[in-house]
Amino acid sequence: MNLTLKIWRQKDASSKGQMVDYKVTEISEHMSFLEMMDVLNEQLVNSDEEPVAFDHDCREGICGMCSMYINGEAHGPDRGVTTCQLHMRMFKDGDTITIEPFRAAAFPVIKDLVVDRSSFDRIQHAGGYISVNTSGNTQDANSIPISKHAADTAMDAATCIGCGACVATCKNSSAMLFVGAKVSQYALLPQGQVEAADRVRNMVAQMDLEGFGNCTNTGACEVECPKGISLENIARMNRELMKASV
Amino acid sequence: MALNSKVPKGPIKDKWTDYKNHINLVNPANKRHIDVIVVGTGLAGGSASATLAELGYNVKAFAYQDSPRRAHSIAAQGGINAAKNYQGDGDSTYRLFYDTVKGGDYRSREANVYRLAEVSANIIDQCVAQGVPFARDYGGLLDNRSFGGVLVSRTFYAKGQTGQQLLLGAYSAMNRQIARGKIEMFNRHEMLDVVVVDGKARGIIARDLITGEIERHAAHAVVIASGGYGNVYFLSTNAMGSNVTASWKIHKKGAYFANPCYTQIHPTCIPRSGDYQSKLTLMSESLRNDGRIWVPKKMEDVMAIREGRKKPTDLSEEERDYYLERRYPAFGNLVPRDVASRAAKERCDAGFGVNATGEAVYLDFKSAITRYGKEQAKIHNIENASDAKIYELGQKIVEAKYGNLFQMYEKIVDQDPYKTPMMIYPAVHYTMGGIWVDYNLMTTIPGCYAIGEANFSDHGANRLGASALMQGLADGYFVLPYTIGDYLANDIRTGKISTETPEFEAAEKEVSERINFFVNNKGTKSVDYFHKKLGKVMWDKAGMSRNGTGLKEAMEEIKAIREEFWKEVSVPGTASEMNPELEKAGRVADFLELGELFAKDALMREESCGGHFREESAELDGPQKGEAKRDDENFAFVAAWEYKGEPADAVLHKEELEFNDIELKQRSYK
Ligand SMILES: Cc1cc2nc3c(=O)[nH]c(=O)nc-3n(C[C@H](O)[C@H](O)[C@H](O)COP(=O)(O)OP(=O)(O)OC[C@H]3O[C@@H](n4cnc5c(N)ncnc54)[C@H](O)[C@@H]3O)c2cc1C
Ligand code: SF4
Ligand code: FES
Repeated sequence: MNLTLKIWRQKDASSKGQMVDYKVTEISEHMSFLEMMDVLNEQLVNSDEEPVAFDHDCREGICGMCSMYINGEAHGPDRGVTTCQLHMRMFKDGDTITIEPFRAAAFPVIKDLVVDRSSFDRIQHAGGYISVNTSGNTQDANSIPISKHAADTAMDAATCIGCGACVATCKNSSAMLFVGAKVSQYALLPQGQVEAADRVRNMVAQMDLEGFGNCTNTGACEVECPKGISLENIARMNRELMKASV
Repeated sequence: MALNSKVPKGPIKDKWTDYKNHINLVNPANKRHIDVIVVGTGLAGGSASATLAELGYNVKAFAYQDSPRRAHSIAAQGGINAAKNYQGDGDSTYRLFYDTVKGGDYRSREANVYRLAEVSANIIDQCVAQGVPFARDYGGLLDNRSFGGVLVSRTFYAKGQTGQQLLLGAYSAMNRQIARGKIEMFNRHEMLDVVVVDGKARGIIARDLITGEIERHAAHAVVIASGGYGNVYFLSTNAMGSNVTASWKIHKKGAYFANPCYTQIHPTCIPRSGDYQSKLTLMSESLRNDGRIWVPKKMEDVMAIREGRKKPTDLSEEERDYYLERRYPAFGNLVPRDVASRAAKERCDAGFGVNATGEAVYLDFKSAITRYGKEQAKIHNIENASDAKIYELGQKIVEAKYGNLFQMYEKIVDQDPYKTPMMIYPAVHYTMGGIWVDYNLMTTIPGCYAIGEANFSDHGANRLGASALMQGLADGYFVLPYTIGDYLANDIRTGKISTETPEFEAAEKEVSERINFFVNNKGTKSVDYFHKKLGKVMWDKAGMSRNGTGLKEAMEEIKAIREEFWKEVSVPGTASEMNPELEKAGRVADFLELGELFAKDALMREESCGGHFREESAELDGPQKGEAKRDDENFAFVAAWEYKGEPADAVLHKEELEFNDIELKQRSYK
């Protein structure tokens, strides 16, 4: 395949960015999207131009590092995948592909397609944990049985990879799907109950402080989330917050 | 320097308890005055950072990713072992210890492995308390599965995302300490050298990957938890950024590098499909619990399949060679990784590979789906269920167990594994070699520790499934926090370590010069060009099977690639900005040195051991004919290499391995 790429280039956080056109040729449909980007970058290095900076690491859809906004969608046109799992067979010979960074006020651009998602970490610092000592003097793991249903539902929430697609895709740049998933995981497990009220209050307060917008139930986040995190988690977070406020 | 493993005296089952009863402790008020640097926030570094902070030390943690949660550990799929014996199938600390030492082909340190087995049960308790959602059965108790190389079900799991959940657990514990100000987290920072003052590790030089700034960080001790070096092969299942830099830099400053040639080749990966490929994807080994591995018996069927004239599903049971079940009836598809990998390579080398490159075998779920389907039909009282109904019921069970893996396979290969068998081939996965450490997990540099995949001690020449996660967390949560205290007890009066010393000055200068070299070199070839070239030599000549001639050639060839690299490498951009090419250049430079030492180590080890088939060393007859031949008389030692400039000049130190509690035996899975 031969493709035209329109890519956002921005030298650093304080510079102005712009779209730049590139051509790539002989792209195989078996390549992943990031392998296609590797081909472009190899081409740029060989002509002594600066390659396009983008975040990636595991290339297995699990670390949450890769973050491209492709043709107007977070992680591109395929459903339920991250950019590293997106394959070129989703595109056609001659296509023009627009590639931008995830955009949100709380995700400032660092360079080209790389954005700063440390706001997610700070929300976790505010309460995304269970306060247990790590010294190993805990009780036997089977002493509190947990129903399979609760464990599975907690696991579903816990699969969030913190990629930020939900934020990038939301017209309000809301982080509620991410925060909801985290709050849910702990709310569903007995171990998380003790601090539940403080947790949800603190995490939501931090989320607001970071400049994420509010949820208006558009549901775009659920559609674009590579891990199928459901809107139910937002509802559960709101219930938890309500409980914590009465 | 003579190697002293510092293994405590006494019966193996009491060593760790006795040790803990007699070490020096640091009074809590004094811990506040002690700083510890942890490089890496995977399972090992994350759990260590959280626990050291919990104890009261001031921790500075470093990771090259933008968040600790993204460390390579996140990718582990299958599970984590622990000797809980919840299933009542006969598991015990001794059995886990025995399986691990045997599985490692008797090349690990007995005392360390016993300690690992001993603390394994605590890990599960700890993680559950932190809210890790392990799989549960209908009674609400923890569920287990079994993994290659063992006969009990001792593997705890969270769907196919166990590493992710365990890492998120450690990350949450870190978050709590970050919020309390006890951990200072340096994301997007890369450690580029260690600083040694008066013979002790006293800090590191790091580069801020956003601004390019070179920074000095001082501490009373430095912990390396930077993971493995499988990316020396270019293609591996490791994350793209996984590297050897931190380990290699401390090696150059005096830490011995142990068993560099011990690499695990994992049997169930998605085969490579083209030259553009950037990494290989693992399919969790747990699939072997239900999948059967085969190739066609007849060459004409192989050809027909390759040419698309036949489909694998067209072949009858009689036309298939279930070679693992045939050769190893006791363990069948559940033989350890090294055995399964070598057997797959053997069949493919003999011409029976089923894809275009001839490097793939089938992993087939048909029997399992039918078996589960029939069971379900019984449970739901469905009489005379049709084949289609049975298939549908069975598929649901398989989907519940491995759904995300099947989905991942389908996304990559574009074939539905519920309908047609998966294709798999071995790939570089994990490195058992690493920095040499004593029983305290301290390297040969006083005050410098290595934990997790970065050290060498627990897995021997082959790692059994689900034991890396166990080791990472054991080291970080339960071992290092004790052993480091013993060392730091002597440091309570030292006071703050200054970064304004000649040692810091010199280390910083060296790091800056190297970086400036790269951005000013203006060569003609990209970093990846050299990395791929190195990877090819490594795979062809120092891969799953090796021989003396090839290894000597590999050493020469790697040296030549290195020389060309330093002349011709081209790194666009500048040093004072985010520059991923510059990051890669530094890492590949270190791989180019490690690669040569790797080949040198493999050349010295004239035995077949673990996954490493030395062609000169095979069983010639008897029931084990054709299997790998270990040589305990001459090679029951750890090879610890001392840096002397060129990798070829490295000096070998041997730590003889003692096995008092386990008898060394031929490893048979027949
Ligand atoms: C696909 C896959 C599946 C696996 N499945 C299993 C399984 O089912 N069971 C099992 O037991 N094991 C499994 N493993 C192996 C296991 O995941 C790893 O061995 C283990 O997680 C390593 O943990 P670690 O903490 O030692 O290192 P890592 O998790 O690799 O962490 C390394 C850390 O070091 C940092 N770092 C590296 N270099 C530097 C530097 N120079 N400066 C600053 N920071 C640096 C990184 O940022 C990162 O934080 C699997 C591995 C893979 C690849
Ligand atoms: S909720 Fe989904 S889209 Fe949002 S961060 Fe988590 S995985 Fe990504
Ligand atoms: S690179 Fe890890 S999720 Fe894409």
